Order: sequence, then C-alpha cells, then structure tokens
Amino acid sequence: MLPLFVILPLFSAFIISIFGRVNKYFGDIFANFTNILLVFISFLTLYLLNINDLSAITYNVGGWRLPIGITLVVDYYSALMLIIINLVSFFVSVYSISYMEKYTDKTKYYVLFMLMLSGMNGVVISGDLFNIFVFLEVASISSYSLVAFGVESEELEAAFKYLVLGTIASSLILLSIAIIYSYASSLNLAHIALIINRLPVEKVLLTKFVIILLIVGFCIKSAVVPFHSWLPDAHPSAPAPISAMLSGILIKTLGIYTMTRIIFNVFFVGEDIFKLVYWLGIVSMLAGVIIALYQLDYKRLLAYSSISHVGYILLGIGLGTPLGILGGIFHLLNHSVIKSLLFLTSGSLEYSLGTRDLLKISQTNQRLPITKFAMLIGSLSISGVPPFNGFWSKLIIIIACVQSKKLFAGFVAILVSVLTLSVFIKVLKYGFYKKSLIEGQEQKSIEVKDVPFWMKFSMLGLALLCVFMGILIFPNIRDVLLVPASDILARGYEYSKIVFMNK
Amino acid sequence: MVYVLCLILFLVGLYGILVKKNVLKIIISFAIMDYAINLFFILVGYKNGASFPIFIKGKENVLMVDPLPQALVLTSIVIGLSITMLMVAIAIRLYEKYGTFDISEIRKLKG
Repeated sequence: MLPLFVILPLFSAFIISIFGRVNKYFGDIFANFTNILLVFISFLTLYLLNINDLSAITYNVGGWRLPIGITLVVDYYSALMLIIINLVSFFVSVYSISYMEKYTDKTKYYVLFMLMLSGMNGVVISGDLFNIFVFLEVASISSYSLVAFGVESEELEAAFKYLVLGTIASSLILLSIAIIYSYASSLNLAHIALIINRLPVEKVLLTKFVIILLIVGFCIKSAVVPFHSWLPDAHPSAPAPISAMLSGILIKTLGIYTMTRIIFNVFFVGEDIFKLVYWLGIVSMLAGVIIALYQLDYKRLLAYSSISHVGYILLGIGLGTPLGILGGIFHLLNHSVIKSLLFLTSGSLEYSLGTRDLLKISQTNQRLPITKFAMLIGSLSISGVPPFNGFWSKLIIIIACVQSKKLFAGFVAILVSVLTLSVFIKVLKYGFYKKSLIEGQEQKSIEVKDVPFWMKFSMLGLALLCVFMGILIFPNIRDVLLVPASDILARGYEYSKIVFMNK
Repeated sequence: MVYVLCLILFLVGLYGILVKKNVLKIIISFAIMDYAINLFFILVGYKNGASFPIFIKGKENVLMVDPLPQALVLTSIVIGLSITMLMVAIAIRLYEKYGTFDISEIRKLKG
C-alpha cells in the first residue's frame, strides 16, 4: 500500500497531461479525486499502524531484502506528516478549481501540482538516503516551475533566485550523501545508523562536517534565517494556492522533516549540533517577525511570518527534550494548516479586489464575509490566542523551554508571539476597519465579485481544522498521535531497531 | 590527491555561482559543481586495479569496482540535466522580459 503515495499522484499527473485537453473539467475532477483518495489512504495508514500495534510499516521495493534494496518506511512521525500533506493539498486543489481560472493553462498547473505532491509524499515515506534526494529534487523542480507559473518579470526573477539557491542546497545534500556512502557503504537510513554508531567515536571524524553540510542544505530548503532570502520573493510571486503549498508543507517536508530524521535518527549527534539548531531557531524567529512588522504587502508579510514560525519549530526541536520535540512536531502540523489558510485568504482578496496591498484593501468598503471570517480565525490562531490550535503548540514549546532551564528562549518565544499578534492586528485593522486609513480619502464602495463556492469551501474547511486541531493535545488523543511521533525522534538511533525488527 | 582536485573543482563551481553576475555564467558554474560531485561519487566507488562490475564466465572472483555509485551518478546526471534545462528556459524568458543577462540589473524584487 505504501507505494500508492507516490504512484497515485504520478499516475494522475501522467493521465492529466495526456487527456487534459479533451475536456475542460477533466483536470479538476481527476486531480481532486486523486487527492481525496490520498487523504483516505493516509488516514488508513495511521489506522493500520494503530490497530496492528506496529511501530513502523515497511515495504521492500522490488522484493529485495532490507539493507540491500530500497525500503519505504512509515512510522508515526511520517504518518502524521502524510496526513497533513495530503489534507492541505486536498484543500488547496479544491481551491484552485476556481482560482486558477484566470491563468491560461490549468492542465499544466495540475500536472506540476501532482508531481510536487508525489515528490513530497516520496520524501516522507522513503527510508533510503538517495531516494530522499531524488524525491526532494522532484518536489523542488516542480515547485521552481510553479513559482514561475505566471511568467511575468517578477515571477521569473523570483523563480531564478529560488532555483539557484535550491540547487546549491541540493548539491550540498548530494555531496554529503556521497561522503556518508564512502563511510558506511550503505544508503539505507536504518542501516547507516547501525553502522555509524558501531564505529568508535574517533574514527568518525567526518560526521560533524557531514551534518553541517546537511543542515546547511536543509536550512536553505526550509528558509531558516541566514539562508532565507529566496522565500520572501518566491512565495508572493507564486499563485496563491501554490504559496499555500510552499509555505504550508513544502518547506517543512523538504527542510524540517528530513533534517530531524537525519540528525535524530541516523547520526548520534552531540549537544553542540542541537545547540546550533536551537540558535538558528531563535535567530529566525526574531528576524522573521521583526521584518514582518513593517510589510504592507499581505503575502510578503505572511512569507516573513512563515520564517519566524519555522524558527519556532526549530527551537522546539533544538531543545532536544521529549516535550520540546513534541511541541515542535505539533507546531509543525498547526502551522501547516494556519499558514495555508492565510495564504488562501490572500488569494481570495486578490481574486475579489485585485490587490494585496493592505493600504489599498483598507480603502475599499468591501463585504466578503467568508474571507473575513477565515482571516480572523487564521490571524487569531497564528498569534496564539487561547482556544485555537496555535496557542497550544506555542504553550508546549514555552513550557519545554522553561523545563530545560532555558529561560531566555522562553522569553524570546513569548516576545515573538506578542509581536506576531501585533503583526496580525495590523492585518485585521486594514482588513476590517470601517473608515479609510488614508486621511482625506473616502472609502470607495466598489462592486466586488464574491469568491466562488469552492474557494469558500476550502477556506472554511481549513478554518474548522484550525479551531479543532487543539484537541490533538488532550491526553487520550495525544497518546496515540503526538507522543508516538515524538518518541520515534527521541529514541534516537534506535530507529534502526524500529525498521529492522519492528519494535 | 584526486579528492583534493575534486574539491577544488567543486569550489570553482560554488565560487562561480556566488560571484558571477551573468546568468549564463551562473548556469555554467552550476554544471561544473554538479560534475565535481558526480566525479566524487565515482571516485568513492573506485578501487585500484579492479575491473568492471559484470559477472562473466570464468571471471567470477576478480576484484571489481563498486557498481552502486555508478547507478546513483546516472540518476544524478539526469536530475542535473533537468535542472540545467529549467535554468536555461527561465534565463531565456528573463532575457525577453529584461533585455539583459546581468543579474544586478534584474532586480524588481526587494528581498
């Protein structure tokens, strides 16, 4: 069943590219149908893991036994990632039924979308280092071309910037894979963990060098602060559904999932690597939110806020304690939902008002109830207002900081949360304020077309998720979803036991 | 020694990407970097005096080079090719829009 996660979207991309021209609605129907199927299968995988009391499902491609062949592995962590990837991409593809009408070639859009989805699913399920690289490239290449989808000058420039930085990252990752192979003579993650940790410590001189190379590569992919310069250009230039995909799940799958998998489960890394991740987290939290404060372009503001929330996730993971890891994973899931919801609302504003400049939005006396409602929910939950999901994960991260006696980090986390609230209060003020904010200028009552049904549907769906994902933290639900996922990371290189012996 | 040369080739490519202002030179530098990594991969699997990794009757027990890096390099070459093609396609479109290949003049965006 595991190969279906890659096969279904690939097959769908293939079919859409052939038959997409036959009927105008073929791409819409087929892509959404595939997405529904994928959501169903990802929930089924989690259910199978739970009902059979397994810690991992493995599949040997081509029937070759474990250390020799390519292995696909799903444990609790990857199962959660699969659910969030497929759920968000389902809502996004429903949204693009109506939104992508204004572009000329919807068929090609769906083909690239499905390729990107199959790449991301592949990264999450593969238990083989080179396979991860290949799927990472599949997802990246399709995302480069999706950023350039509008083929206007800004889009092309952003795509070229993203392309150059992305290829540097991929080259560093490939180089480190070559070094790891020369050490371990194996590419299977579990097998590498077994071999590397059997070697005496003084023999593994290159480990730190390799880990630094990998961390730099994955940090470029996930836009952590010293390497973030592509993101604020690439995300606003892409079409809104693609910004939602990129910011919601792509940077997390390609960057954070792979990084955590490698630094926790494959290498026995020391305290200093965790310290590096922790400081990267703090720096990108602060820098992202401070730059976001003075942005007036709605999408650019959201992009900078993404950088700051990636910092939150890294801070939680870099603490290295079980509670910190749990908070990091939980914030990863929450932020995927919230940020894709906010990017979808930016798309709706652009669809109805034709602008995403906050000053111009405030000048129009628009009535877009559903979009406004979704904006409200998203803003409140990203800034951590209690009943919504963003609050719970931030709370866990702050508690974990205090528990491990890192009060400075806890203080920074609270400060960034307050600053995020002020950023989004600015957004709400421009969006909802009844009088024009520019003096001497009356609000124009313009006729705007309200957004179509499918766009409303996906925004409301994601908003509902935002409200109800807080229940993941209640004890009974937490014990079957989040705790096993963070356990797998916290158990370190015993991951090889999970894969080889399934316990 | 060979490894050091390989590293120098890699650094030449990285230098080109980071310093050069011309879009086409950036693409060429990327290709150099890619080749350096592929070369390194092949070197990892190389053994002195070993033969090709194919079983022939009567030659089962000879020393062979590691075939796995060669298979990986084939994949990596294909990936590099597709990235280069995408880069060149975007460069052509950029030239149509801006009328120049100089990246210091291609800057409508702030970030």
